[in-house]
Amino acid sequence: MRSFIIRRLISAVLVLFAISVMVFLIFFATPGVDPAARIAGRSATPQILEQVRAAFGLNRPIPIRYLLMMEHLFIKHDLTSYVNVGDRVLPQILQAAPVTLSLVIGAAVIWLIVGVLGGVVAAANRGKFIDPLIMFVGIAAVSVPAYWLGEVVNYFTQSKFHSSIFSWVPSSGYVSPTTNPWQWALHLLFPWLTLAALYAGIYARVLRAELVNAMNEDYVRTARAKGLSERRILLRHALRCSLISIVSLFGLDFGALIGGAALLTEVVMGLPGIGMLTYNALQNLDLPVLMGCVMYGAFFIVLANAVVDVLYAWLDPRVRLA
Amino acid sequence: MLSVRDLRVSFATRQGALRAVDGLSFDVGSKEVLGIVGESGSGKSVAMYSMLGLVRDSNVTISGSVKFEGREILGLSDREMQSVRGGDIGMIFQDPMTALTPVYTVGWQIVEQIRAHTDMTKQQARERAIGLLGEVGIPDPKSRVDHYPHEFSGGMRQRVVIAMALSCNPKLLIADEPTTALDVTTQAQILDLMLKMQESYGSSIVIITHDMGVIAEMAHRVVVMYAGRPAEIGPEVDVVRYPRHPYTWGLLGAVPRVDSKNRRLVTIPGTSVSPLDVPEGCAFGPRCEHRMEICDERPVLHGPGDHLDACWLSDAQRLAIRSARSVAGGAS
Repeated sequence: MRSFIIRRLISAVLVLFAISVMVFLIFFATPGVDPAARIAGRSATPQILEQVRAAFGLNRPIPIRYLLMMEHLFIKHDLTSYVNVGDRVLPQILQAAPVTLSLVIGAAVIWLIVGVLGGVVAAANRGKFIDPLIMFVGIAAVSVPAYWLGEVVNYFTQSKFHSSIFSWVPSSGYVSPTTNPWQWALHLLFPWLTLAALYAGIYARVLRAELVNAMNEDYVRTARAKGLSERRILLRHALRCSLISIVSLFGLDFGALIGGAALLTEVVMGLPGIGMLTYNALQNLDLPVLMGCVMYGAFFIVLANAVVDVLYAWLDPRVRLA
Repeated sequence: MLSVRDLRVSFATRQGALRAVDGLSFDVGSKEVLGIVGESGSGKSVAMYSMLGLVRDSNVTISGSVKFEGREILGLSDREMQSVRGGDIGMIFQDPMTALTPVYTVGWQIVEQIRAHTDMTKQQARERAIGLLGEVGIPDPKSRVDHYPHEFSGGMRQRVVIAMALSCNPKLLIADEPTTALDVTTQAQILDLMLKMQESYGSSIVIITHDMGVIAEMAHRVVVMYAGRPAEIGPEVDVVRYPRHPYTWGLLGAVPRVDSKNRRLVTIPGTSVSPLDVPEGCAFGPRCEHRMEICDERPVLHGPGDHLDACWLSDAQRLAIRSARSVAGGAS
């Protein structure tokens, strides 16, 4: 198990290296594009262009340029935005990351609990009224776009009923948990629910399908022949085996969301997270910030996948040898 | 000990009622090995599963009577059946590759069953699991108990399944084609093991198979099934040596013999009837070489002593057919 973890981490580092090269090439070696003009932004003066060329070594060979870029990103931490002159990229990301982490981790807890519970209850009551009901709610949650749901939630909590039943809901924004944990949770409650709805729906549906399949497996028949209770068979045998696919799904979703895929929810809910940062950088064509965000996103996706693979090996002994 | 009377299992399908088991009756005595033989789809497995409440299909209808040690077990509640399954009646399955939950160690799975039926502590149950694994011939059971199913070969896994089935000292073992998925040498080992364990545990066995060789090796008595109906029932020696039903003749004829000059593999002509439209009369009628007019009526099980068959042929006719066969066989 330990050697598995080490092997997996080494390969994660290699993947990160490959991604950084790819990202670099996309930004700096796209033919027919002057990277200096891109980095400097729309209304750059010739002096600034010269400055950019010198800072990124744009008249030197590509491998050198790559190393210079990585030096700016990871060693000197002095990658600077030329659109909002003087804004360093790294502090912006470090400031935005806790917001995104708070949003996604909280939502993940909610959607895992609701999704797994929904899937198990639906599978246990197959053929009864409650099963199609849960599945219907699930598909409805999956079908509603996050930005629409977010706007509706905002409409009800911030304006329509804000003076009556939702008077306790604070105005949108982010409060750090170190300043006030209670306000932190209160501010994030509706963003969490908005983001979790989609994933809870997906997870409940996937898990139900997996469980129904698992309950037809030979090992479940063996478990019945052993005289175990249906509840134990469902929870200890079928659920345990079905969790494997839920975990792999979770790794992909979680990594992508941390990496900035929660953009829609962040923008709608007014949370200054990575998604919002990327969104603003895109609007202003702020290339250094964009590149920083992409690298940051890639890092979390790769990390989440490595963690998932380790979890996988823990859940499924057959994976450990491979 | 186990007494089955007129067991009927049918499934409601869009094409009408599918009669998987149609009037099956048999008894299993104490320490007896009963073989149930038939082609795929003859209803032998479904009969066993439905007895134990393992058929979980909302379209199924099960009727008849299954008495285990004098107690009717058909129609018991799920909870009541749970103490019977795995406790008094153990089961061994066809495919050991998929019969164990892949994510738990074999020891964990055996302990789980022991703890479901006794009040042993975890430690005691683990000791018992190690002992059982040793008994079924798994080398180094002390370390193997913590291995996962995928770390065992097919034959070894079947040994684990047998150890698990025996873990609560069942009075009856039901083995559903326990050797079908194994290679030939392993088959013989598993059959030997089952006989050995049957001796030391004194349990009765019902073994389901389509292999007449397994029957000859293991069974004391035999039920030959065709299309959900019993075609012939009797002591193993009688059924194998002096089979009475034309279907049994076909089954026995289909066993390839090393000492035979006849190189061609013998088969029963035609294919097994679909359980959706079993003929009103003799189910085997459409494939039978000796079909007569009366075969449109359903034959009942009858016969001398405890060797019964469901066929309209008279003793004289059977004798004539069999002697004509042996002459023809000698000539070829």
